[in-house]
Amino acid sequence: MALAEPSSSGRFGEFGGRYVPETLVPACQELERAFRSAWGDPTFRSELDGLLADYAGRPSPLTECHRLSEELGVRVLLKREDLNHTGSHKINNVLGQALLAKRMGKTRLVAETGAGQHGVASATAAALMGMECMVYMGEVDMARQALNVFRMRLLGAEVVPAVSGSRTLKDAVNEAMRDWVATVETTHYCLGSVMGPHPYPWMVREFHTVIGVEARAQCEALLDGGVPDVVTACVGGGSNAIGIFSGFADTEAELVGVEPAGGAAVGRGVPGVVHGMKSYLMQDEFGQVQEAHSISAGLDYPGVGPEHSFLSSIGRARYEAVTDEQVVDAFQLLSRTEGIIPALEPAHALAWISRDRDLLAGRTVLLNMSGRGDKDVAQMMEILG
Amino acid sequence: MAAVVDEGLTIPAPPSEPGTLETALRAGRAEGRKLLVPYVTGGLGEDWAEIVRAVADAGADAIEVGIPFSDPVMDGPVIQEASELALRAGATPVTVFDELRTIDAGVPIAVMTYYNLAFHMGLERFAESLAAAGVSAAILPDLPLEEVGPWATAADAAGVETVLLAAPTAPDDRLPVVCARARGFVYAVGLLGVTGERDALAASSLVIARRLKAVTDMPVLVGVGVSSPAQAVEVCAEADGVVIGSALMRRVLEGAGPVGAGAFIAEVRAALDDAFR
Repeated sequence: MALAEPSSSGRFGEFGGRYVPETLVPACQELERAFRSAWGDPTFRSELDGLLADYAGRPSPLTECHRLSEELGVRVLLKREDLNHTGSHKINNVLGQALLAKRMGKTRLVAETGAGQHGVASATAAALMGMECMVYMGEVDMARQALNVFRMRLLGAEVVPAVSGSRTLKDAVNEAMRDWVATVETTHYCLGSVMGPHPYPWMVREFHTVIGVEARAQCEALLDGGVPDVVTACVGGGSNAIGIFSGFADTEAELVGVEPAGGAAVGRGVPGVVHGMKSYLMQDEFGQVQEAHSISAGLDYPGVGPEHSFLSSIGRARYEAVTDEQVVDAFQLLSRTEGIIPALEPAHALAWISRDRDLLAGRTVLLNMSGRGDKDVAQMMEILG
Repeated sequence: MAAVVDEGLTIPAPPSEPGTLETALRAGRAEGRKLLVPYVTGGLGEDWAEIVRAVADAGADAIEVGIPFSDPVMDGPVIQEASELALRAGATPVTVFDELRTIDAGVPIAVMTYYNLAFHMGLERFAESLAAAGVSAAILPDLPLEEVGPWATAADAAGVETVLLAAPTAPDDRLPVVCARARGFVYAVGLLGVTGERDALAASSLVIARRLKAVTDMPVLVGVGVSSPAQAVEVCAEADGVVIGSALMRRVLEGAGPVGAGAFIAEVRAALDDAFR
């Protein structure tokens, strides 16, 4: 199967939908129409492809990890989204949405951010296209990702702390949605993952399919026309995972998403409705959304994109969870063996490979290296002493 | 007869007979009253049930009781704070239902909460629990028309009226469809934004009320941003009534208690009666 378009109500199986206040329904409908039209318009596509090549630096390379593979007994290939401009895969989606927002006549972007990577990418795209940008970020995350806060401000964005609830990504999404409810006429909500109300989960996936398309061709070239045995990526909302899965959904490759143990929506959640979508969600016995806890601000999210819930429910993808300690080890392992300092988010996927190396022995695993670790170095310095 | 608006999403036809809330509001309107619906956060403080009774005695036509939710995206700072405090004090849908069952306010109660609490409990069980607690209606601000079908089916069966929101951003052809499915009243969202007090009444409040009155016979109440007796009077030039939430809950958070809450609502009641009777 290839990843399909959702139903007209925005559903992947029973998941997805458009659970938003009435105020936002027309905006979601308008966005869906605009995206459909732009995505089918060769002019838009070539403008976006141009930006991805000349500004973001695509295609990103595929790196075979010889020393790491030898140490683990697993052949590991990395799709190097960490080498994109702004240091993560987030730029693919943001350039697409900013271009679309401009086409729709919007002059302002609002975004939520966890680790700050999506915020930095949004601020970057806004600077590039001469748009206003406001980024909501949990107060807790602002403290642990101070460098990215500074970068966003340097890029001309306003960064606003989300001070309610857990003061992390979930609350930043709430604040961004509240902003959008008030400013919907001039503002585009530049949502950073494959989540939220229809058409976001689908649209954001489409903007990230470039990862999967490139990786498929690169793997075929490297593996004599073959595909890897396993394709893996970390999952918070799940955008980098969907991006790379999209290139291999129609193959025999196993698809494995890796969640943090403290934010394992697919692993431990039950279906729920928040942030505009029906999906697996960590919640208490009454349906109050629980706070996620993870070493990585970018994965500190109690929900997950609806298509991941769907892929899990039909058994096409499976979802593993790793602990903070395993992530810290993986962070150091890749730095030491390959000279690549990963972001803490993709270090989750590597932590799973490392943990399950015996089960994976002799197999070829493609890992989406969704971001670089510069932003995490200060935090790791404190942890490692 | 059911209208299909989207693949897989069926919106059941609404019940033909008005329920308790709608009957009361229509009767109040027929008497020439402007309708006043205060909002009280359920589970906030030991005395929230007394606040409900106090605002009822002060002249409310119905009362909206919030069941606090962890992620209230349609709410501004005041109701966020009230919700957070209530949750921290241990409020759950079950504790709020239990207390509602004991309140004899003398006016209909509508519950306001977010969809996940109903979805998680099970829609039928949630609707039946509302009915068993003596609640007439439900307001679910994150459940727009297209997604309302499963809930409306459960609510209709339990005899719970589903109030729908109508927003200033809705195109003309959407408003009659929303009004046709709404029961209890039509909740006109007064402005682009979340709940909270504003210095002046938004012009959009009058516009949305006028647009709705032109297409429906349902009671049209404006909420979101109606902050004072004077603003209530101003918007009732077009609307059948108002919902007052943040202005009341700010006073409650500041320690107004049942007496202060009742006094504020009595002030709004008097202003409306002076202006329109």
